[in-house]
Amino acid sequence: MSHTIQAGRRFHQFADLRELLAKATPARSGDRLAGVAAESAAERVAAQMCLAEVPLAHFLEEWVIPYEEDEVTRLICDRHDRGAFAVVAGMNVGEFREWLLDYATTGVEIAAVSGGLTPEMVAAASKLMGNQDLILAASKVRVVSRFRNTQGLAGRLGVRLQPNHPTDDVRGIVASILDGLLYGCGDAVIGINPATDSPVACGELLRMMDELVSRHEIPTQTCVLTHVTNTMQCIGAGAPVDLIFQSIAGTEAANRSFGVSLSLLKEAREMGLALGRGTLGDNVMYFETGQGSCLSAGAHHGVDQQTLEARAHAVAREFSPLLVNTVVGFIGPEYLYDGKQITRAGLEDHFCGKMLGLPMGCDVCYTNHAEADQDDMDNLLTLLGVAGCNFIMGVPGADDIMLNYQSTSFHDSHYLRQVLGLRPAPEFEAWLERVGIFGEGNRLLPAEARRHGLLTSLPL
Amino acid sequence: MKEDPWARLKGFTPARVALGRSGGSLPTRALLDFRMAHALAKDAVHAEFDAAGLALELESLGCATRLLKSAAAGRAEYLLRPDLGRRLDDASRELLAESAGGGVDLVIVVSDGLSATAASRQVVGVLSELLPLLEQDGWRLGPVCVVEGGRVAIQDEIGELLGARLSLMLLGERPGLGSPDSLGAYFTWEPRAGRSDAERNCVSNIRPEGLVPAAAARRLQALLSNSRRLGLSGIGLKDETFPALIPADDHRVE
Repeated sequence: MSHTIQAGRRFHQFADLRELLAKATPARSGDRLAGVAAESAAERVAAQMCLAEVPLAHFLEEWVIPYEEDEVTRLICDRHDRGAFAVVAGMNVGEFREWLLDYATTGVEIAAVSGGLTPEMVAAASKLMGNQDLILAASKVRVVSRFRNTQGLAGRLGVRLQPNHPTDDVRGIVASILDGLLYGCGDAVIGINPATDSPVACGELLRMMDELVSRHEIPTQTCVLTHVTNTMQCIGAGAPVDLIFQSIAGTEAANRSFGVSLSLLKEAREMGLALGRGTLGDNVMYFETGQGSCLSAGAHHGVDQQTLEARAHAVAREFSPLLVNTVVGFIGPEYLYDGKQITRAGLEDHFCGKMLGLPMGCDVCYTNHAEADQDDMDNLLTLLGVAGCNFIMGVPGADDIMLNYQSTSFHDSHYLRQVLGLRPAPEFEAWLERVGIFGEGNRLLPAEARRHGLLTSLPL
Repeated sequence: MKEDPWARLKGFTPARVALGRSGGSLPTRALLDFRMAHALAKDAVHAEFDAAGLALELESLGCATRLLKSAAAGRAEYLLRPDLGRRLDDASRELLAESAGGGVDLVIVVSDGLSATAASRQVVGVLSELLPLLEQDGWRLGPVCVVEGGRVAIQDEIGELLGARLSLMLLGERPGLGSPDSLGAYFTWEPRAGRSDAERNCVSNIRPEGLVPAAAARRLQALLSNSRRLGLSGIGLKDETFPALIPADDHRVE
């Protein structure tokens, strides 16, 4: 269906919903690279004006990628909850934005509607929103998930401890884990990106972390972020797997390029559930996403990268994850050029994820060929803290020496905790206090008081 | 400022552990050290590539060279349009087509990639070791192509134009904070337009503090020999001698 609007002296026409969504997207390099971006600033705003008038119900009739061609579209369509949708069924996209921002609309009401929202509806609303709208609407919604602790409660901020090492040297990884724990980080997960994909090596890392977490009775979960088939192999070999990781994208073809499908993810989740290793809950999945991955895989179907990212969130939603992490600035400047584009994308992904009911965290990050620096990360970190982001990364000194990019540090988590009064997951916080790492008000105790077993008992 | 009493952890990893703190914030020295590392990495990404100077150095090693350019005009376009960095500009394509002879075993391509600093520091070191080894093994080499603004896949077009059975590309990797001058090596059996990255192999982190150039040369010699013997590259090429061999991992250069 074509969409038209008269804006000023110009008449604008958009061939279909896919084109309208793409052209309404705030400027970013990846959409230009894909050739789907608006051709002028005015065309972009005209598209937004036109998009504001599209009824939400229309999104259930016109799919950006055909139902027959793509299992992600089929998932979105088949899982749509008409009952939950009823509250917003009469609204257009502009009215839906206003509803989200209304004093009277609470987070509980948004969560109740969530199952009736498609990723395309949520992406459409985000394209009309300014950064403050993305923050305000997301801040209303809490998404709580559980494995060995409780993530996502109000006033809490989790940290994934990311102790990577360029050659997977076990002692090097343990050194970074200890540093992170002693800085009070690691409640979201202790998660290693391995340098090698060998299931044997991954099994060793899993056993090392399991030993550490068990011995010190740390209420957290561990993960080796390797391909889901490797993790399944590890489970088969008896390795202690807490969370099952996978990178996912918003189209069937892009997921195929990652070597996954919905049925494979389902099978992996069932294997994880069968282990029964969660003590407080059974959210066993950990997903990572990021704008640009479909284009990078040549599998974007002419859809803009932000809408595709929201579709990846719909994939995640199917599997009740503990953590969903948008790795926002990792992909490089051809997709998100600078600090401004990375910031915007981080806020969009967090908003869309929360609207769809996901426990969203963000790897606030950039590469050295992007036009960004640590000040941009400070800004996005602060904005996401205000928006109620579930968790961030904790990398020693913000410098990932294996993946060669910059993220956020243990110290960054202390900055955010101080300025916004955010605390770790309650079970983990109690552990930090018990072992003498945190004192009053979530402050690090003087180092002298922290001569506990953690430092002396490890194989270093 | 408070020191962390676990400074000995620094001995186990190059990661930035035990930085100390003031309150919960970074000590000034650690903050400025990080900023300097980032500055060096940024400078490496934006450094001018002296292609002609590098070509002269390579000629002094006794090899013929060709100076070429990708279709990406300038650094900003190179960063924004990876597709343009994967193909030659028209003038370069004509130049290369003219010099194509009866086919060669191997064409070596050199480019600034994401770090001109890496190319200018490591390429001569690698090739001064590798070229004699290849000569000893009886390889027929094409001219060394020095390409401004190339991406990994540009070796496909160059290899095809020269009728090469194998192509080897050396280019600057995306600089990490502690590694602004790290070189990557990617090779492809039967380089032809449309090869995927799964059809290449990669040796990365070539720099004095990582895989030293002489060791990288020996490893490439062995890998190229195997590739020629088996008639393939990419995920099908396993090497028992070097268990850490990984298929092309483009995030480092793309």
